[in-house]
Amino acid sequence: MSFRLPVTRSLPLLLAGILLAGGVHATEAEHIRASQAWLRVLPGDLPAGAYVTLENTGDQPASLRGAESTNYASVMLHQSSTEGGMGRMNAVDRLVVPAHGKASLAPGGYHLMLMKAASAVKPGDKVKLALVFGDGSKLDVDFLARPANATDIGAGAEHAH
Amino acid sequence: MIRIDSRTKLRRASRLVWLLALILGSLLLVGCNRDESVPWRLTNVTGHMPDLDFKLVDDHGKPVTGQDYRGKVVVLYFGYTHCPDVCPLTLAQLHVVMQRLGPLADGARILFVSVDPARDTPDVMHAYVNAFDPRAVGLSGAPREIEALSKRYRSAFTREPDKGDGQYEVSHSSAIYVFDRDGKARLLATPGNPQDDLVHDLHLLLSMGASS
Repeated sequence: MSFRLPVTRSLPLLLAGILLAGGVHATEAEHIRASQAWLRVLPGDLPAGAYVTLENTGDQPASLRGAESTNYASVMLHQSSTEGGMGRMNAVDRLVVPAHGKASLAPGGYHLMLMKAASAVKPGDKVKLALVFGDGSKLDVDFLARPANATDIGAGAEHAH
Repeated sequence: MIRIDSRTKLRRASRLVWLLALILGSLLLVGCNRDESVPWRLTNVTGHMPDLDFKLVDDHGKPVTGQDYRGKVVVLYFGYTHCPDVCPLTLAQLHVVMQRLGPLADGARILFVSVDPARDTPDVMHAYVNAFDPRAVGLSGAPREIEALSKRYRSAFTREPDKGDGQYEVSHSSAIYVFDRDGKARLLATPGNPQDDLVHDLHLLLSMGASS
């Protein structure tokens, strides 16, 4: 009696544990859908800004930590601000994508700063970046290279995943 | 007889109405040419900021002064080429503004003044501004001359600490200054102003012609 009862009692707990483990197994990257991924091509070897809209289909918040690229030696997650009439750029640690929510990297706000390109990128090229999330999971996204004077208006960047 | 009389009176009356309308109309026109009644959408700084004046080097390596741009409506913006986000965004928006102005835009010049002359040589500036708009000019020059221009318009910039690999950012004022064809400071725009406002005001300014 005193042996069997704890087992039946702990069964739901055990089940919950298995379910939870199953939930944890899905990585942050697996719940992220990326769209409107593009980067602005500037002349020479000037640093470029990359932008993307992230949608989190998961029940847990995800956080973008940065990105990796085979073409750019350095990729940093940055945020621009024009507070108090001064244009500034700050490195940021992470960008949270809320559960069942969206976060945007867009001109004048969050962006990935791509530096030291190994080979020149031309408008029309697709550049693969691996977005890195808080749990270390990665998501490969094709970024469409657009001309320097491209704006958000009428952004032709197709759905990338 | 009576009929003819009343007709003449009617004619006289209508003439008077026309004359009044003409006077009123011309008064309105005069009013429109006076600055206070121009419906600017951006911040009107007429009379509050000094005329366009500087000694810099253009993106062909040629020494230039503010005088060289008399006869053009000037859109002045401070920035630097190693700025990957806000500067290209502003210049791309100014390019769209110029496109929306159509042939009128030929009467305007975008002057992009570098706050990072150490890295922004005329060659770098030339490739950079031409990637945005054919009416954009890249200005660089001696640090003290850039500082003088920046101070003249109460603008500011600060070089941020080196990130260790020779890379650094420059924080700078995000304002856009608009000068008329006589080099008089007229309007001030910020990134918060809708693009329509810039198009509207530049259209007005370009349609006005030189006042002197």
